[in-house]
Amino acid sequence: MGMKYTEEDLKEELKTKEYEFGFTTDIESDRAPNGINEDIIRFISAKKEEPEWLLEYRLNALKVWQKMVEPEWAHVTYEKPKFQDISYYSAPKKKKELKSLDEVDPEILKTMARLGISLEEQKKLTGVAVDFVIDSVSVATSFKEKLGELGIIFCSFSEAVKEHPELVQKYLGTVVPTGDNFYAALNSAVFSDGSFCYIPKGVRCPMELSTYFRINDSGTGQFERTLVIADEGSYVSYLEGCTAPQRDENQLHAAVVELIALDNAEIKYSTVQNWYPGDKNGKGGVFNFVTKRGICYKNSKISWTQVETGSAITWKYPSCILKGDNSIGEFYSVAVTNNYQMADTGTKMIHIGKNTKSTIISKGISAGNSHNSYRGLVKIGKGATNARNFSQCDSLLMTDRCGAHTYPYIECENSTAQLEHEATTSKIGEDQVFYCKQRGISEERAISLIVNGYAKEVLNKLPMEFAVEAQKLLEISLENSVG
Amino acid sequence: MSKTIINIKNLHASVDGKAILKGINLEVKAGEVHAIMGPNGSGKSTLSSVLAGREEFEVTDGEVDYLGLDLLELEPEERAWEGLFLAFQYPVEIPGVSNMNFLKTALAEKAKHKGLEPVSSKDFLKLVKEKSQLVELSDKLKNRSVNEGFSGGEKKRNEIFQMAMLEPKLSILDETDSGLDIDALRIVANGVNTLKNAENATIVITHYQRLLDYIIPDFVHVLHDGKIIKTGDKTLALELEERGYDWLVKDLV
Ligand SMILES: Nc1ncnc2c1ncn2[C@@H]1O[C@H](COP(=O)(O)OP(=O)(O)O)[C@@H](O)[C@H]1O
Ligand SMILES: [Mg+2]
Repeated sequence: MGMKYTEEDLKEELKTKEYEFGFTTDIESDRAPNGINEDIIRFISAKKEEPEWLLEYRLNALKVWQKMVEPEWAHVTYEKPKFQDISYYSAPKKKKELKSLDEVDPEILKTMARLGISLEEQKKLTGVAVDFVIDSVSVATSFKEKLGELGIIFCSFSEAVKEHPELVQKYLGTVVPTGDNFYAALNSAVFSDGSFCYIPKGVRCPMELSTYFRINDSGTGQFERTLVIADEGSYVSYLEGCTAPQRDENQLHAAVVELIALDNAEIKYSTVQNWYPGDKNGKGGVFNFVTKRGICYKNSKISWTQVETGSAITWKYPSCILKGDNSIGEFYSVAVTNNYQMADTGTKMIHIGKNTKSTIISKGISAGNSHNSYRGLVKIGKGATNARNFSQCDSLLMTDRCGAHTYPYIECENSTAQLEHEATTSKIGEDQVFYCKQRGISEERAISLIVNGYAKEVLNKLPMEFAVEAQKLLEISLENSVG
Repeated sequence: MSKTIINIKNLHASVDGKAILKGINLEVKAGEVHAIMGPNGSGKSTLSSVLAGREEFEVTDGEVDYLGLDLLELEPEERAWEGLFLAFQYPVEIPGVSNMNFLKTALAEKAKHKGLEPVSSKDFLKLVKEKSQLVELSDKLKNRSVNEGFSGGEKKRNEIFQMAMLEPKLSILDETDSGLDIDALRIVANGVNTLKNAENATIVITHYQRLLDYIIPDFVHVLHDGKIIKTGDKTLALELEERGYDWLVKDLV
């Protein structure tokens, strides 16, 4: 196969080649045949008209991935995804291309409405730029011009590859290397699209940058790739939110998010995550295996804030590498599991520079028959003189059938480090619920009040309008959950 | 004749199969204050819990008419919307939920179910200002999480503040005086007396006569082993203070 691989070549090949999976689609298709191999990678890369270096990056990742073994965890059991039954690329039909946000799928509007935030409101919200990623391809972008005036780049990942290849090439894979883990390697090979953000030196991004993701096509794996670069002395607050409609099939989602905070820069990355968790009996639901990591250079700061209510399975550890002296890493998390959901989340704070500080506040809420695990690593390197960490991991149990597990790991190679760890587990009090009821507050409102109170420290870290949305999400996720 | 607020007939209740209330009869009319006294474990808190609708207590016999409604058929929150208020013996802490948010939610839910407009923020704040003065509750306490880190006395004052905000028709105060010093006791009693009118009624549960110096009861009932064994006027409380409960119990056998 020559280096210049065209769609024609592919078409030719498809006619003749050994497609074990009954591939008959013609090249006009906006959907890749199921399965993963070198040809599929070339198909994706060709479809996206990518430069050679990116194709090479993907092919290398495929080789790395093929040698890796899917990990196992103590408190997460599930039927492994069949990687050859997944289609790794699907674009929305051309006619679906949206000129305005009003043309967005009513399903999204419905979910938004239920969360109390209609798209129209969203659009009107001052200071919020919304970039939709529907089924792997960006179909709408707004506020771009205003951002452009400041030199801020906020676009889909594919667009960034075309318009700003030098930035993408310089930073892609520098925080999450290809071989980092099984799912990161898979993502590096097949990532479809995602978001790209660059804030130039000294610029304070004047609005929250926000992206809504959703899974659309049945049976389509989602492999988002996000890269946020805050140049020296800049600031950005970025929000990622997900809504997904109900479905029967398990769906794999393996995203990679890389954050780069250069000297004196600050990145706030907030996530409100609401993948379909499966029904009451644990059927269906999204598998969410995400690698999120940021690197902090001198005097910089990265804060991860997340409210997780979705997914059948969540495996996620937003982390910070505190490389530069005086850099700060923060992790604020609320993770809710209900019914048969399983979550294994936490963070890693890797202290390398001097006087580095990290804070971890994790609030787990388990309901139904679910399992909620916190897994955190605080690592203090040899050179990390005067490093400090404060960790607080709380668990709230809504029933007698659910489980909460906490695994805090500490590796300390510098004796000047100061580490504090606190942990609590409590059962939602029937006394508390009754007290509320006696005052005329119905059970559902009572639970929502109590849970939101419990999660307040984290919710307070979210931008205002998203905090409201997150509260509603907690309420919806925990409907009828005390027992 | 003033109307009946609550009429309890032959009320029996048990928990985990163990009978605790063994046939309570009690009628409370508008404008009245009833004191229920009795030794520890006699069933006073159980009676208040059953009236408020706590689920772990099973009503095994009897009936309760509350303002023409079958009280035992109502959910706890419905009882609250109908104006039944319980000042808890042990008020519960709700971390992260501000007192103000809690009360605003309570008032909004009640308005919603009564088909009324929710109270505006302005009116709400006015109400808070007025009612908190009644029990001398500081701004600091009003804005803290519900009962979190409150002293025993502050919790009790907060209960009476909530009662003032919700303007109940029937208030049941379960040992609101326990753990109060004399100043706090006076503040609480003053609050209760101010809220008292010809349309509402109060049941004061206590096992000290002390509170009844400040809140003058129309009737005093002695509860023993799940039954009211004696009813009298306020002088009964003084007699109990002097002689204890034993003489009453001896009379029974
Ligand atoms: N939840 C419960 N489970 C089991 N026994 C209870 C429970 N609540 C109360 N009791 C019992 O019922 C009796 C009456 O208790 P209570 O109503 O609290 O008395 P008082 O308030 O008069 O001190 C006591 O013997 C007590 O142990
Ligand atoms: Mg008691």
